[in-house]
Amino acid sequence: MSFVLVQVIVGGLLLGAVYALFSSGLTLVWGMMNVVNFAHGDFVMLGMYVALMVYTLLGGGPLIGAPLATLALATLGIIVYFGLIRDVMKGPMLAQILGTFGLALLLRYSVFWWFGANFNTLPANLVGGTIDLFSIRIEASRLLAGVVALLVTLGLHLLLTRTSLGSKMLAVSEDSTAAQLMGIRPDSMQAIAWGIAAGATGLAGALIANFFYIVPTVGETLGIVAFVTVSLGGFGSVPGALVAGLLIGVIESMSAYLIGAVYKDIVVYTLFLGFLWFRPQGLMGKL
Amino acid sequence: MRFKGIVGLLSAAAISVTLAGGALAQDKTVKIGAIFPLSGNAASAGVHAKAAIEVAIDIINNAHPELGNFPLAKSAGLAGLGGAKVEVVFADNQGSPATGQNQALRLITEEKVVALTGAYQSGITLTASAIAEKYGIPFVNGESVAANLTERGFKWFFRTTPIATDFAKVYYDFLTDMKAAGAKTDTVALVHDNTEYGSSVANVITTVFKEKGMAAPLDVAYPANATDIQSQVLQLKEKKPDVVLMVTYTSDAILFAKTMQAQDYKPPMLLADDAGYSDPSFLKAVGKISQGAFNRSSWSLGPPGSPTAIIAKLYKEKSGDDIDDTAARQMTGFFTLMEAIDRAGSTDPAKIQAALKATDLKPEQLVLGYKGIKFDEKGQNILASGVIIQLQDGENYVSVWPKASAEKAPILPYKGW
Repeated sequence: MSFVLVQVIVGGLLLGAVYALFSSGLTLVWGMMNVVNFAHGDFVMLGMYVALMVYTLLGGGPLIGAPLATLALATLGIIVYFGLIRDVMKGPMLAQILGTFGLALLLRYSVFWWFGANFNTLPANLVGGTIDLFSIRIEASRLLAGVVALLVTLGLHLLLTRTSLGSKMLAVSEDSTAAQLMGIRPDSMQAIAWGIAAGATGLAGALIANFFYIVPTVGETLGIVAFVTVSLGGFGSVPGALVAGLLIGVIESMSAYLIGAVYKDIVVYTLFLGFLWFRPQGLMGKL
Repeated sequence: MRFKGIVGLLSAAAISVTLAGGALAQDKTVKIGAIFPLSGNAASAGVHAKAAIEVAIDIINNAHPELGNFPLAKSAGLAGLGGAKVEVVFADNQGSPATGQNQALRLITEEKVVALTGAYQSGITLTASAIAEKYGIPFVNGESVAANLTERGFKWFFRTTPIATDFAKVYYDFLTDMKAAGAKTDTVALVHDNTEYGSSVANVITTVFKEKGMAAPLDVAYPANATDIQSQVLQLKEKKPDVVLMVTYTSDAILFAKTMQAQDYKPPMLLADDAGYSDPSFLKAVGKISQGAFNRSSWSLGPPGSPTAIIAKLYKEKSGDDIDDTAARQMTGFFTLMEAIDRAGSTDPAKIQAALKATDLKPEQLVLGYKGIKFDEKGQNILASGVIIQLQDGENYVSVWPKASAEKAPILPYKGW
């Protein structure tokens, strides 16, 4: 019993780290420019397909797939910023929602058209199978994703708080007119923010691809979790997303094991709503 | 002014040409609506369904003498309607019961289809067929198994597939036979999602098993399209049931296979209720780590040159994948509908309904291993049946039960990877 419970908690933490990993990009974009990216889940999906292509065409694992997905998605993020976001940001909130939602559908069904509707997976031994640690079983692929989640969170946090680039980006998000007067170009900063956010999301996708199924609609399933994680952690807070992800992961696993999987969402969302009642800005967000 | 007059004349001419064209086309085509999940998480199943219907359209609209006496194959078009061609309007249910219902309404009122088929997920067939019932349009379903679909007293709903009750009995007989052969089958865990399909099938299986004097299965329910099912696998690992019965769609079936490998859990026997386990993309993705899984099926590839083998080849050319049980059942539903329309010699819904009620197809007229097709007063095919197949090599299923029609003997225990 207790052994299984430890396994459940370990599994929950690893799951939570993955939630945090694919939420960091979403929270960054929100924190920097108050844009909710509804295409976020589909960015994850694209990262997964990059990893799939690296495997099928080159036979390579995440060592090649992850950097390539980061690069590809970062490029896409910058293109999307200049082609779409820059313009819809000037419009009403509804324009942002519909704009990014339209982008989500465009990406999803382009992949659908090109790759078909079939489910794909990467072989489990691509990242060293499963580690057995005192009969607690840990998938190497999930562990890798968890470790990268910590590194990405730390990296983004340091970038925003310790570098001049981060200060400039924060300055733009605080007051873009004032930043402009100080010689900072809001356009470039925001494009960089989009590039970083999309890159981190692509990286997440490439790592999740190692243990999840790959299908054009997978962004729907994962996107919702990202939104919950980000609002619990506090919109705009990268460390908040990490803590929130871990919390949701463990609560989900524990409630699924102890009360039953069909009730786990009830438990998670009741706690979630109750928490927001007392702290609407989330764990680490600012009002 | 003069210019406007010319434009007006031209438009009038254009409209009359279109109208005349429309009238001509109407004489020659029979319009059917088909609702499937062409996007969303079940799109893989929907795309295969579409391919199955398209193969059937090809067989009906073009002459296929190589198929012998297979219904509607010999001549081009529907002989009963003077060689009229079939036109199918596909609609996407997006995996949502509300969308399925709207699509049924659109197909009937705007596309003016004379009959409907679809909609894969039982929960969507439920809502879409309610619209057909309201408008008095025949709805023939070939694949949804939730028992309640034919328990609603509908007059326009017909279903060719065997249903949950039939399969629950097949599972019971199969497990009894396996027990007699020395396998342990005393405790059963029933893993199912919380959709209309998952929960209703689980319910029926539990009821039938209890009626037959077996202990009630351990119920392991989970929300469909899960992001993680580790806790369920750990529950199974802890409870150690003799048999794990899986009632899941493709996405979750893949996740279960992967998680079972990660947690090093192999039940002594794994029996799947079609759906995800029959999806060709399931086999490609995780077939190699699901070796030894049992599954139900009504499809079996006949000897080379037989109509089923030829149809399987046509399907492979169309979709790029091997035909599976679900696609074959969908095709059967569609053929049954078209055979009735052909026999009715009319596109009048009431006449099609009457013809459907009089349907009496023989095994050799079907793509599937049913004993035939004949509807009871509820619209359920009373001659539907199925067999148990096993994924012995991780690539292709072979039939293993009942013994009379088995290609190979069942292998135990479940091998996994």
